[in-house]
Amino acid sequence: MIDELLRPFDFEFFRNGLIVATMAGALCGAIGVYVVLKGMSYIGHGLSHAIFGGFAASSLLGVNFLLGAGVWGVASALMINAVTRRRVIGSDAAIGVITTASFALGLALFALFGGVGRSFDAALFGSILGVGTEDVIAIFVVCLLAASLIFLRYRALLFTTFDPEVADVAGVNTARMDALLTVVLAGSILATMQVLGVTLIAAVLVIPAAIARMLTNSFARMLQLATVIGSVCGFVGMNLSYHLDIQSGPTIVLTAATLFAAVFVVTGATGRRRAAGITAPAPLAVRAD
Amino acid sequence: MTAHRDREILLALAGVTCGYSAEAVLVDVDLAVASREFVGIVGPSGAGKTTALRVIAGSMRPARGTVTRRPGLRMAYVPQVETINWSFPVTVQECVLMSRVHGRRLPWASRAERAQVAQVLGRLDIGDLAGRHIRELSGGQQQRVFIARALLGEPELLLMDEPTSGVDVRLRHEVLHLLDDLNAGGLAIVLTTHDLNGIAAHLPRVVCLNRSVIGDGSPHDVLTPDVLERTYGASMQVLEHGGMPVVVDSYRREHSHHVERSL
Repeated sequence: MIDELLRPFDFEFFRNGLIVATMAGALCGAIGVYVVLKGMSYIGHGLSHAIFGGFAASSLLGVNFLLGAGVWGVASALMINAVTRRRVIGSDAAIGVITTASFALGLALFALFGGVGRSFDAALFGSILGVGTEDVIAIFVVCLLAASLIFLRYRALLFTTFDPEVADVAGVNTARMDALLTVVLAGSILATMQVLGVTLIAAVLVIPAAIARMLTNSFARMLQLATVIGSVCGFVGMNLSYHLDIQSGPTIVLTAATLFAAVFVVTGATGRRRAAGITAPAPLAVRAD
Repeated sequence: MTAHRDREILLALAGVTCGYSAEAVLVDVDLAVASREFVGIVGPSGAGKTTALRVIAGSMRPARGTVTRRPGLRMAYVPQVETINWSFPVTVQECVLMSRVHGRRLPWASRAERAQVAQVLGRLDIGDLAGRHIRELSGGQQQRVFIARALLGEPELLLMDEPTSGVDVRLRHEVLHLLDDLNAGGLAIVLTTHDLNGIAAHLPRVVCLNRSVIGDGSPHDVLTPDVLERTYGASMQVLEHGGMPVVVDSYRREHSHHVERSL
């Protein structure tokens, strides 16, 4: 039994996949806290689809995937951030147009020219096959950037997330905070795309944060819990992926969803009351008269 | 900066016009606030009270006119409690501490910061609530938490948007007495409110605003039927009670006569 459980560790691709999945879970868990509390879940979902366009284009042009999709993702992220902040048109509509058009472009490019390099299915649903040293380095770099941002700008990020208008008056550059957060979100999606797949990344951003919210009323503890829960789900889900022979994205998401259901039942009304607010977007603005 | 009523001017709006789109919410507004002043801005809904606070705070730029602040002026803003996301996972201590965004960059509070938070919470009589979630508090305690967050930055000017909105009479008095005490300690305060009688009882200076400044001075000078009608577009009567003006809208007064006659 133990031998059977440890057998996949003999393979380098699995060890790499496990490292990437565990770090991806921790990264998405931490960033997900800001995503759900700022009401950015739709941006996370849309951004993952937008990056698929960059993935397809870089794949066909033979450009390095991380470079091509990275530039595409950061550009999409900044565009979405600008549209959301300026409220030029309805932000949901704008995000929908930008991200679905990018996703559709990716699909069209694959349909016309076929895939080169990384597989179409792996991009959509995640796969532990083909996870190489390059992916481990990429996730490590993004984790380092995210951890630095959260550690060094913890209070400014918290203030911006909770009360952006007052944070602005207190001297926080909220526009910069939002842009940094969106860029780190794009980097997280890019670095985790291989194991999670673009269609499932949003779930890994939201579920650990939602579980953590049911367990605590403190922001600091929610951040710590979501990071640990995300990494545990990544580790367990990746092992299940190997043993059940299912793509890694679905097993990681299902592991997280199962944990969510368990915590939902155990915490009862208290947990439900705590989590009830996280889907609500933050107050838009002080009533202006 | 020049002296204003023997006090230093903290900020001055001169000919300020601004709005959210093509339509101006504030038109040609002049307003100066001196140190240790306690100013209440009143006016009907849509009069531009919150916009005026935003311009003062610097979160909104005027289309025309100038805003002059004393260099290095420390301001703090307390938003309407109705706009707070009460489901946000934040304890009282975390909420108060988040205003400390300058200087120390580490996420956790230093020993000195924890002492300062305890001191400011104690000053506002909520010292035993540091570990509680903000939603678990009473209305008055919630208001105090956000005042504490503002005070931790040691401001010279406190801006408050509708601190007495949606609260009962007892809580309104509690909040206004607390602000009185803070003002007596040297803090300049500008607040907006719909509560004309509360302002008349507690504040030395009232600004009547309806897109532009209609009246500016002591409650006795400003709360007159003429200024109030021009501000609110409705007839109001001003009575005297205990040496303080009491505003009664004409409908209520006529109605009370009618009730008396029928009795």
